[in-house]
Amino acid sequence: MIEISNLSKAFTLHNQGAAVIPVMANANLHVRPGECVGLIGASGAGKSTLMRMVWGNYLAASGVIRVGGLDVAQAQPRQIIRLRRETLGYVSQFLRVVPRVPTIDVVAEPLRNLGVGEDQAQARAADLLARLNIPQRLWSLSPTTFSGGEQQRVNIARGFAHPYPALLLDEPTASLDAVNRSVVLALIEEAKARGAAILGIFHDEAARDQVCDRVVDVRAFTPKVAA
Amino acid sequence: MTAIDRNMHAETDQPLLAVQGLTKRYGGRIGCADVSFDLFPGEVLGIVGESGSGKSTLLSCLAGHLPPDQGRVIFDTAAGPRDTVTMAEAERRRMARTDWAFVHQNPRDGLRMGVSAGGNVGERLMAIGARHYGDIRAQAIDWLGRVEIAADRIDDRPRAFSGGMQQRLQIARNLVTGPRLVFMDEPTGGLDVSVQARLLDLLRGLVREMGLSAIIVTHDLAVVRLLADRLMVMKGGHVVEQGLTDQVLDDPQHAYTQLLVSSVLQV
Repeated sequence: MIEISNLSKAFTLHNQGAAVIPVMANANLHVRPGECVGLIGASGAGKSTLMRMVWGNYLAASGVIRVGGLDVAQAQPRQIIRLRRETLGYVSQFLRVVPRVPTIDVVAEPLRNLGVGEDQAQARAADLLARLNIPQRLWSLSPTTFSGGEQQRVNIARGFAHPYPALLLDEPTASLDAVNRSVVLALIEEAKARGAAILGIFHDEAARDQVCDRVVDVRAFTPKVAA
Repeated sequence: MTAIDRNMHAETDQPLLAVQGLTKRYGGRIGCADVSFDLFPGEVLGIVGESGSGKSTLLSCLAGHLPPDQGRVIFDTAAGPRDTVTMAEAERRRMARTDWAFVHQNPRDGLRMGVSAGGNVGERLMAIGARHYGDIRAQAIDWLGRVEIAADRIDDRPRAFSGGMQQRLQIARNLVTGPRLVFMDEPTGGLDVSVQARLLDLLRGLVREMGLSAIIVTHDLAVVRLLADRLMVMKGGHVVEQGLTDQVLDDPQHAYTQLLVSSVLQV
C-alpha cells in the first residue's frame, strides 16, 4: 500500500548562505495492507521527515513514494488533495483547526468532505469522541481551548473518522493516560484488521511492541557525510 | 506546462479556469508577468506575496477589472471554454454577475451603502431577472441567516453594521446568485482576529456546500493555511513558487518563500 524506494531529501537554506543539508539518502520501505510499521531512530534522525514526504508536505529530492498507486513524489497538487481525502489519513502531533468550529464538526469534517451526509458524519464523530472519553458537554465547543491530551484525542478521532486504506500516525499515544492509550491502541488494531496500512512513530515502546508488526530504523537512511 | 502535465489533466476533468501567460505592465513597470495556472472545480487557490508583489494586479486581470497586455484567461462557461480576455464587454459583465463573484477587502467597495441589507442581496437577484418581491425577500432573509445576520436587520443599511457584519453582507450579496468562481481580495483584512475566525469558518462551509472554486489574495499565511488547497507565491510580478499549501509553507523551495515563512511571528 505504501512503497518507498531510493528516496532522498536535502534542505537548501537560501537565507543562510545557501547551505545544503542532506537529511536522507536511499530510503527503502514498504507497508502492506493490514500491517503496522514503526519508524525508530533518535530524535533528528529523520522519522518525521520521512512521514512528511509520504504526506506530501515535504518534497522529495529523488525517489519514489507510492501510496495506493499514486507516486506522491511526482504527483500534481490536486492528485495529492484527492489522495488525502480518500486514501491517506494523518494523525499529526498538533491539531490545526479554524478557531470557533465545534469539536464534533472538526471530527466529522473528513467525512463531510467525502460527501457523507450530515447526520451520518455527526453520528460517527459522536461515536469516536465518546470512545475517546471526550465529555459530551465539550462537543459543541471549539477544541482550541482544550488541554493537550484532549486536543490529541480530538485529532485522533478526526484521523480515524474515515476508514482510510493508509494511515500515518505521529506519536498517537504521546500525552495520553492509560485508559485513553488503550482506546487508541484498540483503534489501531481495528484499522489493521480492516486492512489499513499504517506507518507510525511511537516513542512509547510498549505501545510500539503491541501494535507494530515490524520496525524500521531510519538511521539506515542517514546520508553518509563526505569527509 | 510540460507535455506530462497536459496528459495528466487530459485524463481528469476540465479546469474551471485556465490562465496562460498573463502579463500586465504599467508603462515600463511590471504588474504581473507570465502567470499560468489551472484552477479545478471545488479548489481554493491562495495567492500570497508582500505589498507590490503584483497579487492584486493579477486578481484584477483575472476578474476582468483590468485588461491584461498578454495572455489568456479561459473560463469553462456553460457553452464550453471561452477566453474572457477577448470576450465582448457586455458578455463579460453578465458573467461577472452570474458565474463569478468578487469580494473586496473593503466592504464599501462591494456594497451599496445607501441601500438596505435586504436590498443589497436582492439587487443581485434582480440583476439576473428575479422579479417576484416575496421570493427575493425570502432568499435575502435566507442568505442573511447563512452569513449569521439576524433577519430583523434586513431593512437596516450597511452603514449601521460593524465591519465584520459588512463583510459578511458583502459575501451574501456575492453568493446569492450561486456563482461557480469567487475572487477574494484580502477578505479578512482589517477585521479583528475573532471576527476573522468566524469569517474563515463561514467561507470554508460555503466552499464545501456550494462546491465553489475560489482565488484568495492575502498576505496572511495563517488564512491560506486554513482555507487554500494550493498556494502561489508572488514577488516582483512573478510567480516564484507554487504547490500544495502545506508543502509550500512547510518546505519552501524559493529563497523568497523561505524568508516569508520564517518572518511570521509565532503566537
